[in-house]
Amino acid sequence: MTQTTTSPSPNTPDRALLMDRGVPGRRGIRLPNLDVPAQPLPSADLLRDDLPLPELSQPEVVRYFTRLSQLNYSIDTQFYPLGSCTMKYNPKINDQVALLPGMANLHPMAPAQAAQGALKLMHRLQQYLADAAGMATASLATMAGAQGELAGVLMIHAYHQRRGETDRNLMLIPDSAHGTNPASAAMGGFTVAAIPSDARGNMDIVALREAAGPHLAGLMLTLPSTLGLFENNILEICDIVHRAGGLVYGDGANMNALLGQAKFGALGFDVVHINLHKTFSTPHGGGGPGAGPVCAGPTLTPFLPAPLVERASAGGKEAYHFTTPAQTIGKVGAFHGNFGVLVRAYAYIRALGGEGLRQVSEDAVLNANYLQARLRNAYDLAYDRLCMHEVVLSAGRQKKQGVKGLDIAKRLLDYGFHAPTMYFPLIVDEALMIEPTETEGKETLDAFIDAMLAIATEAQETPDLVRNAPHATPVSRLDEARAARQPDLRWKAKA
Amino acid sequence: MTTPFTPYIPNTDADRQAMLKAIGVSSVADLFQNIPTAYRNPPLHIPPPLSELELRRELETLAAENRHAGAGPSFLGAGAYNHYVPAVSLAIANRGEFLTAYTPYQPEVSQGTLQVTYELQSLTCQLLDMEVANAGMYEGASALAEAALMACRVTHRYRVAYRDTLSPSYRAVVATYTAPQGIELYPVAPGAPLKPETACLIVQHPNFYGYLEDLTALEQTAHKDGALLVVSADPTAATLFKTPGSYGADIVTAEGQPLGLPLSFGGPYIGLFTCKSQYLRQMPGRIVGRTVDTQGRTAYVLTLQTREQHIRRERATSNICTSEALLGLMVVVYLATLGKHGLRQVAELCYHKAHYAASLIAKLPGYRLPMNGTFFQEFAVQCPKPPREVNAALLERGIIGGLDISDAYPNGMLLCVTEMNTREEIEALAKALSATR
Repeated sequence: MTQTTTSPSPNTPDRALLMDRGVPGRRGIRLPNLDVPAQPLPSADLLRDDLPLPELSQPEVVRYFTRLSQLNYSIDTQFYPLGSCTMKYNPKINDQVALLPGMANLHPMAPAQAAQGALKLMHRLQQYLADAAGMATASLATMAGAQGELAGVLMIHAYHQRRGETDRNLMLIPDSAHGTNPASAAMGGFTVAAIPSDARGNMDIVALREAAGPHLAGLMLTLPSTLGLFENNILEICDIVHRAGGLVYGDGANMNALLGQAKFGALGFDVVHINLHKTFSTPHGGGGPGAGPVCAGPTLTPFLPAPLVERASAGGKEAYHFTTPAQTIGKVGAFHGNFGVLVRAYAYIRALGGEGLRQVSEDAVLNANYLQARLRNAYDLAYDRLCMHEVVLSAGRQKKQGVKGLDIAKRLLDYGFHAPTMYFPLIVDEALMIEPTETEGKETLDAFIDAMLAIATEAQETPDLVRNAPHATPVSRLDEARAARQPDLRWKAKA
Repeated sequence: MTTPFTPYIPNTDADRQAMLKAIGVSSVADLFQNIPTAYRNPPLHIPPPLSELELRRELETLAAENRHAGAGPSFLGAGAYNHYVPAVSLAIANRGEFLTAYTPYQPEVSQGTLQVTYELQSLTCQLLDMEVANAGMYEGASALAEAALMACRVTHRYRVAYRDTLSPSYRAVVATYTAPQGIELYPVAPGAPLKPETACLIVQHPNFYGYLEDLTALEQTAHKDGALLVVSADPTAATLFKTPGSYGADIVTAEGQPLGLPLSFGGPYIGLFTCKSQYLRQMPGRIVGRTVDTQGRTAYVLTLQTREQHIRRERATSNICTSEALLGLMVVVYLATLGKHGLRQVAELCYHKAHYAASLIAKLPGYRLPMNGTFFQEFAVQCPKPPREVNAALLERGIIGGLDISDAYPNGMLLCVTEMNTREEIEALAKALSATR
């Protein structure tokens, strides 16, 4: 299986860049002729004289990008069990309805009476999301999970400021948290302190109690945790934070495990963001766009980012318009959020209905526990208990055989599966975090299990095969050190 | 009891039973036993499921309640521009291999996305005439806000100045991002000096009202006091007018939407982000670099990640972990398809049509163009009565007028004309305005 040749083959794509393709004079599209009298141009000293961009015909453009697309793994082509990313199937109808002309060609500053359909959709989505999270109100303005986090911590900041408690500047974050949590808290002007996890993967309650002092602003908590576990002491944790005068921020990245099973608001969270590109099936697009709506309980609703959509009745007719919450933290983008993503999430919720959403979390959790049960003999479990929507394995045993978690992840690519999330959470040695989602059936899970078991055997018997993987991919392992030490970040004309 | 069927979930009840048996529990409910009993299974107030046919009809009905920019004349701009989206852009962006991939953490199976991102960085630099670019930000306003934060990190200063011709919504977003870090945000008039310890001067070019700024003078204002010049640019205008980079801008951001992204009621868009290479290590966002694989083949990979949140956590340059990659792909396809000549042609169509419209409106009794200078595709008009009333009258004639900017200029309206507006539409606008006095 080891490939030694570097000679071109029919399946080795030509990797030349756009600026090195095409021929001067070629064009990819015909534009309309000027149909008004030409107007005087400004003086030449204001005008640009050269525009160094590609010159290609349309077939060249299409073939270039289509060939590039074939170098990707994707949900449409592979099982993609990337932990904490919820790589579920993205329904095709959702993309189609988001591109209906009435949606895709609607200008963001169109007057409200010309955008009633869009506003109605946003208003309903606000309600559905707030209900699923058990919160009072949702703002759809935030354009990514990390921006939802930033909005959430800014709301907590504004809340304490408004109460005159200006010295509440401490944000607590579990050591298992995603890196965006501390980064968002720092952008929000907070000092960050980490709370350790205990032997069962729960938050260390004693450490939390000690940290929850007079400067406490809040706690950022992912539920289920990034270890794929439901925090057993969640009620007590929220109580400790509230008694100390702090607020609880929920990172809803893992909400796929909770749909219809439990609600953040009821458990004691004050604000939570939801990743529509995870739980609500909108496509990841190779790294965006997503959307990270923020849902607030009654305490923080006045601070939500602008705008919200409100319904009013006038003369027996209902009408929708944008409003700004009374003590808003402000605007987080030029317009009203990633509307095209919101349309897809709305369509997803309507297609599944309440019962379908509950089925989502049931099958997501069932699939993850099935993987855990079938893989627990070949790999170490980070925590030996029922998991939620994802399972964190440790390749600690394989590491002793000279094969790292990274190698196992790369070897999975040869078997036609995307790799799990590696080396996260940071507190698990050689972590492999596997999230199957509900949109994979038992046969796919069994094929993945077979591959994982085969790799565990390879790690013992033919470790080099694993250490040098992948072998069957368009390129082999990359020289990442060179990329960082000698940054080559853009095309440059040949000297 | 049979579980209700859901088209996106493959498991059958037989599968579920086999899996429960392997796990060693008797029901799915047992898997949720860690949730406190009293909090389990709350009711969801979400309507029952729709068939795909019903869903499509519902969304078509909602879409039909919107008067979109393709349904008739529309003259709105103000940060989102009605340009033609080539068929090629949507065809490529809808390929599942691009659409349904994640961030390229496994470069061996993500070379498509990675090479496209390297192309985006390359062509963004070519277009905006800057040295380095990242993989993209959420959109134009938050990209500008991140540029302001970056300027503070570079200079270790905590004041941010802006020309007051900056878009009000952009100013608001910059305020949201800078305030919590104790950064002072203040406006400056042309010719006025900056306050001491100012990190950067922000200029929108063309400005919110569509006019070119005097970047030569503003560059001197900024650099004389050791502040960075941060420019929020329009990418279409950058193909026609001298680039901010040629005036010595240190950081240039832009809304990428005009480069072939649907208006989509304000998003998703992409923020383009470029700077001088000396500031590279303070740049936020994803960056893709070119390297080789173990066999010496050219390949691309996410790089310089020690700036980012997953490594640096609270000391990261930003919390951002998306690059709006799909929109970045569409921008690259647009730039490749229109190319050197097409982009300039679009900009010239916009310029001539907008100036033709302005020349007609300037002649109308009661209407005047209150601003002087060179504009691109947008211009301010002073109306004889409140723009709200003018726009209502236009809408009755099937025309979506300009943005009401009467809070900035008495009876001011901001009109935008692009290649999408035909001569007939422009003349119909002038006629309708003339009838609305």
